[in-house]
Amino acid sequence: MNYNVDEKGYYGEFGGAYIPEMLYPNVEELRQQYLQITAEESFQKEFRQLLKDYVGRPTPLYFAKRLSEKYNTKIYLKREDLCHTGAHKVNNTIGQILLAKRLGKTRIIAETGAGQHGVATATVCALMGLECIVYMGEIDIQRQSPNVARMKMLGAKVIPATSGSKTLKDATNEAIRDWINNLIDTYYIIGSVVGPHPYPDMVARFQSVISEEVKKQLLEKEKRENPDYVVACVGGGSNAAGIYYHYLNNPKVGIIAVEAAGKGIDSGESAATSVLGKMGIIHGSKTLLMQTPDGQITEPYSISAGLDYPGVGPMHAHLYTSGRGKFISITDDDAMKAGMELSQLEGIIPAIESSHALAIFEELKFKKDDIIVLNLSGRGDKDLNTYINYFKL
Amino acid sequence: MNRLQKTLQQDKKLLSIYFTAGYPNLNNTVSIIQELEKNGVDFIEIGLPFSDPLADGPTIQTSSTHALKNGMNTALLFDQLKDIRKTVQIPLIIMGYFNPILQYGVEEFCKKCQEIGIDALILPDLPLEEYNTLYKATFEKYNLSNIFLITPQTSTKRIKEIDSSSSAFIYMVSSASTTGTQNDFSAKQTDYFERISKLKLKNPQIVGFGISNYETFLSTISYAKGAIIGSAFIKMISKEGIAGISSFIKSIRNS
Repeated sequence: MNYNVDEKGYYGEFGGAYIPEMLYPNVEELRQQYLQITAEESFQKEFRQLLKDYVGRPTPLYFAKRLSEKYNTKIYLKREDLCHTGAHKVNNTIGQILLAKRLGKTRIIAETGAGQHGVATATVCALMGLECIVYMGEIDIQRQSPNVARMKMLGAKVIPATSGSKTLKDATNEAIRDWINNLIDTYYIIGSVVGPHPYPDMVARFQSVISEEVKKQLLEKEKRENPDYVVACVGGGSNAAGIYYHYLNNPKVGIIAVEAAGKGIDSGESAATSVLGKMGIIHGSKTLLMQTPDGQITEPYSISAGLDYPGVGPMHAHLYTSGRGKFISITDDDAMKAGMELSQLEGIIPAIESSHALAIFEELKFKKDDIIVLNLSGRGDKDLNTYINYFKL
Repeated sequence: MNRLQKTLQQDKKLLSIYFTAGYPNLNNTVSIIQELEKNGVDFIEIGLPFSDPLADGPTIQTSSTHALKNGMNTALLFDQLKDIRKTVQIPLIIMGYFNPILQYGVEEFCKKCQEIGIDALILPDLPLEEYNTLYKATFEKYNLSNIFLITPQTSTKRIKEIDSSSSAFIYMVSSASTTGTQNDFSAKQTDYFERISKLKLKNPQIVGFGISNYETFLSTISYAKGAIIGSAFIKMISKEGIAGISSFIKSIRNS
């Protein structure tokens, strides 16, 4: 089976472009041009150069010795937390802003939940001198004030989304509405592998640099390109798409996706979309999403603001239903414990999103000589307040 | 031929009203429809509220959120409408987003629409390609017309494709915008209305988005078969309730 997108924009039965006609010309323009533009030599040269000199790539593949000893297996961490701005998000915003420039767009919009994608977008807009508008749920603005300040310092305008539940899904709705009202000059940088085709594929391609590097780095360290497992947390799923990408069609590499169980799958406060979701349409994509029996989209919960999205990218919905990916959900408590453990065993304070992925070693037993590459998608600075409150530090 | 197709053949300019079912009060649906017909509205769009209405501006979003809080849902709307054809003759359209219909079951939804006497559906986030390959046969089986949107940015080639897939009217969005965002029409918009009217499409065009008063209604019907008013009606009804319908419609028709 092929786990990449097909020519109609679907991953199995998931994906497509369920958009209002108003957006059709822009999404169609992108669909027709994204492959061609991103394959151009001048694009690739500029993209690679910025990833190297500005983002700080390649990020290290670090053998976590003490963590490996504790769990009696071989754990490598892909250090996306060391990217400029503190997470993998910037790989995608660099790619999309170069694309936006080549499409002649002058105004950039984005949605953000925790603020990481907003910061990464504001950063590349400052870099390129383009106007930047970030939509952020009113409630998230209160929860994530340091990131709001960072975006403002970078010159972005942060507009509160006051509709619906006032969080990430509503910020995304507002960004889409802005795009409908400003089609000619505006480019919408989506932050995850979600939204209408071609966004999920495009974002996955920009993030695929992660697994491209893993292959080379693992060859150096272990004399093999393929680990036994790749592991990542999944909200919308962009860091996961990046670390799975070059292994999707290699059945010898196991794929493990970690979702946020929040206060527990059955607690009513969870973001474990694969377990709790049903097929539906969200933000222009047919995928698994959390909804009422009547088809109204519901509000997810996780202690990690980056994982509480009510849907999941169509690639991941396909990985789940086809059985190619093993999906695990981790509670707030177990994630927080794993975040503390990594801090004290390896001297790395992870983002709470990544802490969810780290928590699987308490859940799954691996063989001693298994090689596991876990995507450490972001650093924990932004989550310090949550850690402080949780552990009474 | 369904009721809507017959109405579109009448030799007159048509006025349609959109309202959100379940707003301002949960059980207003039937009274609003009856009152609109009584006041000479030619056909009605009944909005099935959705939690995430992407194509709508603040007015319709707010009414949808309230309607859902009031307890509106698909099954309840069908229940409210079950005897509507005993009292109402004008065409009725359900306008909604695709996800609630997908959850209800597309075939089941269409079947229910036919039983009640719904003539057409407007689903802004169900694209032409998906409709044609997956759902067209089902819509036709239950004698439902599907209404597509076009905008000033829609290419002539695509307008012609949409025209050939349509069986009632083409919903001509007045500008590239969400609902309810403007007060009058610019020369650019009237150019667009004129350009479309010159294409001599097989389906008549009804203009929507941004029509709020007598002036905007009048300027659209000089180019198109009719116009749809949504946000302005919702603003009115949230203040004045059903009692305000009669004078609102009179003000639009300037009668």
